[in-house]
Amino acid sequence: MSKHTITLTVNGEEVSREVEARMLLVHFIREHLDLTGTHIGCDTTSCGACTVSMNGAAVKSCTVFAVQANGATLETIESVATNGDLHPLQEGFWEKHGLQCGYCTPGMIMSARHLLEKNNNPTEEEIRWGISGNLCRCTGYNKIVEAIQYAAEKLQQETAEEATQ
Amino acid sequence: MIPAQFDYHSPGSLEEALSLLEQLGDEAKILAGGHSLIPAMRFRLAMPENLVDINGLTDLDYIREADGWLAIGALTRESALEESQLVQDRYPLLADTAEVIADPLVRNLATVGGNLAHADPANDHPATMLAYGAEIAVQGPGGARTILIDEFFTGLFETSMAANEILTEIRIPEPGAGSGGAYLKVERKVGDYAISAAAVQLTMDGDTCTGIRIGLTNVSPSPIRATEAEKVLTGQVLNEELIEVAGQAASDQSDPSPDLRGSVEYKRDLTRVVTKRAIAKAVERAKGAAS
Repeated sequence: MSKHTITLTVNGEEVSREVEARMLLVHFIREHLDLTGTHIGCDTTSCGACTVSMNGAAVKSCTVFAVQANGATLETIESVATNGDLHPLQEGFWEKHGLQCGYCTPGMIMSARHLLEKNNNPTEEEIRWGISGNLCRCTGYNKIVEAIQYAAEKLQQETAEEATQ
Repeated sequence: MIPAQFDYHSPGSLEEALSLLEQLGDEAKILAGGHSLIPAMRFRLAMPENLVDINGLTDLDYIREADGWLAIGALTRESALEESQLVQDRYPLLADTAEVIADPLVRNLATVGGNLAHADPANDHPATMLAYGAEIAVQGPGGARTILIDEFFTGLFETSMAANEILTEIRIPEPGAGSGGAYLKVERKVGDYAISAAAVQLTMDGDTCTGIRIGLTNVSPSPIRATEAEKVLTGQVLNEELIEVAGQAASDQSDPSPDLRGSVEYKRDLTRVVTKRAIAKAVERAKGAAS
């Protein structure tokens, strides 16, 4: 059994911890860093509740060892709002009732954020495709899709306003 | 679910990775995307004593055409295939395959090399690479060698690679004039393995099929080609009846196991259908490309 000291940037802050090789990234995030917004849903790489951004890509943190994140840049749901202001995605989930129990929401938002970074004007089909690695057992997905559409429109407006300033 | 304990190694070069494998022998597993291995470790179906993490070998991450081949580095992520304009434009069979592997989150980490080296007949790339007639480049302590895809899969989770070798590159022959391909997969839901899937790559001269290779997913103990279906079509003027005969031949050659995805009869019949439809789509694309 090997132990390793890992250093990585999490939500803009550098952290350094000693971890057992077998520690999964999701456990590291929740138990070592106390960032419990990242959820564990299925433990079988199916549900996407544990989705975080690692080096700019949305990944299931239950299927990465913490030691693999050495040197990485990690972003979790806690980084999405800025100074207490909701991100357009969070606002969209609020406005469009994109959540019921809320368990899948952090993962949904992290996947949707990755999708919108790559494609700022996705079709409904592209949105459904983009979140197809995330399971929701409450909403039937329609409200989630609307929430992401809301966010896409708002982000486009913001970009347009910035361009005219 | 917590995996069993292991020692972790993170080599910075291929040479270092090879020397670790040599030194650790059968007690080591290679960790690439990890999206088959880590779930297996969590269930303790796999309990390797050592993991050799090759994610640091970033020079194995590329997609490029050279010398008549499409060369794909073993560490290329599935999402990179999916987003590659080159793949979308010239390798429709590969593009079809990349977008139905697992789900988008998994594809951000899962690798092409891992999908093949794992040799799971339920994985999608084995059938596709069988259809392409790909070559697998591996590196061992004695140097590099190339394995033809037809000789690569030797059984369930078994390949002709030695334990001290690393898969480094997948080579797909560049498509010739009049060629086309398609991958057709039926799955219960996104992220599941195929109930059955067919990969077809063919070359058309007018309405005559001058060459065809067909791979099947998840309907046999190890990845297989539907060679009988290939024989039905090779050198023939294709029509609906003949494609039906080929679909039936693929079905007859399949050897699925019953599971929660369906009975043997159902999977066999589905194999007939996906094979037929993949052939039809490949023909359509081949003709489209030729015109």
